[in-house]
Amino acid sequence: MKMLINVAETVVADALRGMAAAHPELTVDVENRVIVRRDAPVPGKVGLVSGGGSGHEPLHGGFVGPGMLSAACPGEVFTSPVPDQMVRAAAAVDSGAGVLFIVKNYTGDVLNFDMAAELAEDEGIQIAKVLVNDDVAVTDSLYTAGRRGTGATLFVEKIAGAAAEEGQPLERVEALARQVNENSRSFGVALSACTTPAKGSPTFDLPPGELELGVGIHGEPGRERRAMMTSREIADFSVNAILEDMSPRNPVLVLVNGMGATPLLELYGFNAEVQRLLTERGVPVARTLVGNYVTSLDMAGASVTLCQVDEDLLRLWDAPVRTAGLRWGM
Amino acid sequence: MLDADFFRRWMTATAASVDREAERLTALDSPIGDADHGSNLQRGFRAVAATLEKEAPQTPGAVLMLAGRQLISTVGGASGPLYGTLLRRTGKALGDAAEVDAQGLADALRTGVDAVMQLGGAAPGDKTMIDALVPAVDALGESFAAARTAAEEGALATTPLQARKGRASYLGERSIGHQDPGATSSALLIAALAEAAGE
Repeated sequence: MKMLINVAETVVADALRGMAAAHPELTVDVENRVIVRRDAPVPGKVGLVSGGGSGHEPLHGGFVGPGMLSAACPGEVFTSPVPDQMVRAAAAVDSGAGVLFIVKNYTGDVLNFDMAAELAEDEGIQIAKVLVNDDVAVTDSLYTAGRRGTGATLFVEKIAGAAAEEGQPLERVEALARQVNENSRSFGVALSACTTPAKGSPTFDLPPGELELGVGIHGEPGRERRAMMTSREIADFSVNAILEDMSPRNPVLVLVNGMGATPLLELYGFNAEVQRLLTERGVPVARTLVGNYVTSLDMAGASVTLCQVDEDLLRLWDAPVRTAGLRWGM
Repeated sequence: MLDADFFRRWMTATAASVDREAERLTALDSPIGDADHGSNLQRGFRAVAATLEKEAPQTPGAVLMLAGRQLISTVGGASGPLYGTLLRRTGKALGDAAEVDAQGLADALRTGVDAVMQLGGAAPGDKTMIDALVPAVDALGESFAAARTAAEEGALATTPLQARKGRASYLGERSIGHQDPGATSSALLIAALAEAAGE
């Protein structure tokens, strides 16, 4: 497998050095792996800190900036960051108004952020946490790790980020983040496995004529394997899986997200099918975002996320944002 | 009696063994996880070995507490907090005694394993590191060698189980038929304990 890297051990550090060079509006601490908006801490503003394994770019570092995250902590590839990173990030962005940790529901992320919250609170920083768990492919029960956090992370970070930017207090920003998560559902498909730098070969074996339905974003297989389907059939399967789990009465935000190796030509075509289905099912669409936002290295495939919004959430979604990976209105 | 030097040897032996077996751990993690268990633990235990070389804690408890803190700060993922907690809580339970006997270690390790179960919410049979650690602790009263065998058998016995915790749980029934990487690395930790004891 050919990769544009030096050695697997330095992949994350190399990417952070490159990110620092490309984005002088960010403070990138390569050694400690923390990406912070340059003007932090912003007086009176709640800090938003997210993080997770690397390999999902632009998530999360690409979403640091005015209107979205205050800081991000990238871990090793597909491995959650360590508590030291989160504590450092929280300290860098706390203006005294408190910090919200946005955590995707994976055991590692949850445990490390929990430990970090304890340590940060010991340092006198007020911490709130929101868990993102939007993936309908995973059953949630007492006997499982619960649903994965995937595409809804972007909606949570954007909308909570806008609320924080307006100067809303920690409890309100946290409540909004929770509401966005509860209003969101996702489903993902893989047309190929991905290759982690450490392993150097595909993480699972997917024959050319087959696809995986219900995948997450870590190169793990999904819940079901089938013969390759058309874009229309994949959209049917994905959207139906989501609508089995939610019945939107309000308009929805739509994220048609690429997993890293699927070109926009295909993603836009897939979006056409998703929009057709939503129209057929009577689900009004408020806004649509198509692109590679929550990726899984070089995995081919896509995910769909729907988030039901009221006027307030839509206003916050439309609010200006200026980050490396998402930018409008400023 | 087991002194601080014994515990340093245990940690160093674990680091060497994780180094040797990193590729196998990652290969086990590939079909049901995200193919990084070996490289993550390798990074962590290398840091543990390096730290113990620089600082020389004087008591068994201090050795394990320092090792646990290093793992939490360097591994990430679920393995960092879980292994970190295992060693930290075991070390804490050992207190500041200069030497401990085998029974003292067995009792402390049980405290550590209980803390891991509480943190990760896993019970025996969930296809996790617990499936190697619980039988190992049970057998530790007998001998270090018995603990090693029990841990290895516990790891092998995870193969037919369906994962209910961690990333493998997202696969549901598809996790069946694969040996759990976490239980496998836990068996390495216990094997290194037997090695440090010369068994």
